[in-house]
Amino acid sequence: MNAVMKTLLRAVMISVWFMALTFPVLSLKVNATKRTVDVLWERAAGMGLAMFALSLLWMWYFRHKERGRGDSGPLASVRAGMGRGWHALLRRLDSLGRRRGVTGLCAGVLLAAAVFLPVAGSMYQTTIFANAFLYVMLALGLNIAVGIAGQLVLGYAAFYAIGAYTYGLLNQYFGLGFWVCLPVGGCLAAVAGLLLGFPVLRLQGDYLAIVTLGFGEIVRLLLNNWMDITGGSQGVANIPRPSLFGITLSSDQSMAYVYYLTLAAMIVTIVVVARIKDSRVGLALRALRDDEIASEAMGIDLRMVKLQAFALGSCWAGFAGVLLAARINFISPPSFTFMESAMILSMVVLGGMGSISGVVVAALVLTLAPEYLRALSAYRMLVFGALMVLMMIFRPQGLIPSRKRIYHPRGVSADGAATSAQGGRA
Amino acid sequence: MDFFYFLEIFFSGLTRGSIYALIALGYTMVYGIIGLINFAHGEIYMLGAFTALIVATLLGMSGFPAGGILIVAALVAMLWCAAYGYTMEKVAYKPLRGESRLAPLISAIGMSTFLQNYVQLAQTSNYVPFPRLMPRFAFLSAFGGVMRSSDFVILVVSALVMIGLALYIRHTRMGKAMRATAQNRKMAMLVGIDADKVISLTFIIGSALAALGGTLIASHTGQVGFGIGFLAGMKAFTAAVLGGIGSIPGAMLGGLVLGLAESFTTGYLSGDYEDVLAFALLVLILIFRPAGLLGKATVQKV
Amino acid sequence: MSEPVLKVRSLSRNFGGLRALNDVDLDIMPGEIVALIGPNGAGKTTFFNCVTGIYVPTEGEVTACRPGGQPVRLNGMKPFRITGLGLARTFQNIRLFPSMTVLENVMVGRHCRTHAGILGAIARDSSTRREEQESVDRAYALLDDLHLAAYWNEEASNLPYGAQRRLEIARALATDPFLLLLDEPAAGMNPQETLELKDLVLDLRDRFHLAVLLIEHDMGMVMSLSDRVYVMEYGSRIAAGTPEQVSRNPEVIRAYLGETDHA
Repeated sequence: MNAVMKTLLRAVMISVWFMALTFPVLSLKVNATKRTVDVLWERAAGMGLAMFALSLLWMWYFRHKERGRGDSGPLASVRAGMGRGWHALLRRLDSLGRRRGVTGLCAGVLLAAAVFLPVAGSMYQTTIFANAFLYVMLALGLNIAVGIAGQLVLGYAAFYAIGAYTYGLLNQYFGLGFWVCLPVGGCLAAVAGLLLGFPVLRLQGDYLAIVTLGFGEIVRLLLNNWMDITGGSQGVANIPRPSLFGITLSSDQSMAYVYYLTLAAMIVTIVVVARIKDSRVGLALRALRDDEIASEAMGIDLRMVKLQAFALGSCWAGFAGVLLAARINFISPPSFTFMESAMILSMVVLGGMGSISGVVVAALVLTLAPEYLRALSAYRMLVFGALMVLMMIFRPQGLIPSRKRIYHPRGVSADGAATSAQGGRA
Repeated sequence: MDFFYFLEIFFSGLTRGSIYALIALGYTMVYGIIGLINFAHGEIYMLGAFTALIVATLLGMSGFPAGGILIVAALVAMLWCAAYGYTMEKVAYKPLRGESRLAPLISAIGMSTFLQNYVQLAQTSNYVPFPRLMPRFAFLSAFGGVMRSSDFVILVVSALVMIGLALYIRHTRMGKAMRATAQNRKMAMLVGIDADKVISLTFIIGSALAALGGTLIASHTGQVGFGIGFLAGMKAFTAAVLGGIGSIPGAMLGGLVLGLAESFTTGYLSGDYEDVLAFALLVLILIFRPAGLLGKATVQKV
Repeated sequence: MSEPVLKVRSLSRNFGGLRALNDVDLDIMPGEIVALIGPNGAGKTTFFNCVTGIYVPTEGEVTACRPGGQPVRLNGMKPFRITGLGLARTFQNIRLFPSMTVLENVMVGRHCRTHAGILGAIARDSSTRREEQESVDRAYALLDDLHLAAYWNEEASNLPYGAQRRLEIARALATDPFLLLLDEPAAGMNPQETLELKDLVLDLRDRFHLAVLLIEHDMGMVMSLSDRVYVMEYGSRIAAGTPEQVSRNPEVIRAYLGETDHA
């Protein structure tokens, strides 16, 4: 009983602390025109209540974590139960997914739904789904460098911008079409990735993150300030939609066409990234993430492997950029700020670093949820930020952790038991 | 005339530089102690500016004298931001101590995004004018106006604060504990230093300095916005890296060098590429001389 | 007389003003098991790091020669090239890839003997698949050889300590080395495990035609396993010879006085 009182008291203290802490900025709103300050008591009260509940959850969680499995307390067991339920669900889904028929069926249903969307749904739906698919591409591309190889790239939007501007500018100055610009945009972004990759190879972890962030900002500022070529903050307008064998399409038709292109690009991305992850190169990248020194001692050419990861990741952002320019017809530097990079990163983090299905789901949810829950959309970046912190603390492996690959060595039967003569511990 | 122009640019560079230095100290101290790039530090600076604005507006309604308002606003902003820094460390970084290096950095990026949007939603997404509170010193006009009053205030205040910090770290018990923890946390803990306390203190001091910087710059430029933390933070981080991250005198030196470099590029070449210059410097230093001007290279143990 | 697999001549390495290695000579002949011993801080691991390319030697020559091949100078070569040449190592403080399965850890060792690139990975053509299956089979066979097959699909970080040490050896062997460098392989093992490790090393030497260089503090293991022993102190070589010769050497006894009982 005493312990409960203590915990409650602590929670009250924490909520008072947060009410005081956030009081000036949250509950005192400056009125800039009248030069006065409005006091918003309801915000302070809301903060207090929220923090009281959250601090209880927080304390129960950490007590549970410290005590290990033997735990009591109503919320902790709820939490553990939820965790167990989630795990069980994931395992169920995973074992289902490993059966060929089921995977095929699900993929078929989803694909059919995606294909019929522009026919059945509104223009608005088509647009937001095309946007969501583009983010899946971006998040999976970033997942190569961040999730699989563990190289924190913070300026990913720069490569996205390079792709978009490649199409925008090549079209504006030379009249080149989408299908020429798509590979060119990808290649230019990959080249940029390589150029940045060469010097930063020796850098580790946080320094790499900052250099890529600096690079991203430089690209954005150059696009913004180099008026003569890039149009500066005015951006590039009137970028045409892709052509379809010279047929003239109406606005709605061309939107649907871009939608299908993005859908196809997303599917290709999923296949490519999944295959790379499970390949020899993917294994080397994962080794690199775990331990650079050991992987070099095992004969992995770190420079080569890192450059490949960089080039491939940035190439993908380049493709996505060209697709973006083709869809929205207008590009300008504010679309490629650090916040954009942070948002893509939060998709990777939320879904699970290195996990394909997790990142796909996270990218879809994080782009579609604000569209369907309009009330939430103002809070989306707030929520993304909070999610990044909370995920790192409570679930660093992401919502759907990376799936373990099944190998079939000679001498092991399909159910995983060793059938060779030796096998057990000596 | 040309010489006056030069002096004007020089002093405005020093002013800028000392603000960068104030913020850079927070980056460098935190990095020195826990090896984390506290990405959200720039947001603390922004929070400082906003808190000062709110306090100044409140006091302005009650007809306080301008100089007094500035001092009270700065002190309240420092106090509140110290609390923000302390809380942020407890919530977003402490639970991640001992995890991989990536985890706290991602958490810091999340924190930065969160705080920026928190202020945007709670206050406004527009720039807000900051009241004119800087005192005017008549004697400065005797020098042909090469140095504005606000430049003078910023230079004097930041110089005093930095000297104070240097003395504190050199001579007090806690200062020594901080230096010991920065060199080797395990050993420091073995000799009885409370590492948690030292880390908290580092965040408190760093955040208070950033808030002071925020208040000063807001009253210097006359406006505040929720997005000012990112660029200022990145520049201050550049300053910290330039001086050698982890080194306190390095952060001060780096801030001044960066401020002067920016000011002279803008004054003699063009203002368009001022921000590009800072980012380019950041990238180049990290690639070619990651130890900075005053830092030491580290060897990884195998 | 065949060429030594590893020939080190007057190797030195400075760290700032500190001379961590001073004028060290060492030879390893094909099929030989050579031990490098000495008190803590004598420079043994620095020696390893200079040979495997993690440090660049300040002075001296390091050459390696695959039996029947041409000698190659290793000074300044990148670690992954040295591994590609046929020298493989383990680490004193175990450095496995903790997020990977046991099998995948060993497969990483196959990296330098396989070739599939990004395009192959994307296309997954028959030669890529064949190569991958070969690596899987080869890795599994190695796990079997090191009595680790039962764990093949576990995460490496979940293995018991002794098994982790053996997994490091399996991973090193996957690179097809002719010289295996073991940095304190018996550290943290109990006497029974140490004994098993000794038999394992002898067995692997014969089966894979290896030469072995090991750093070890367990004198029982060193004396019963090695063909020759080099003794280091303060960065310099103070003695070399058969285990018997070394254990009678007064210099060595002085360096070790009171530290261990000599086998």
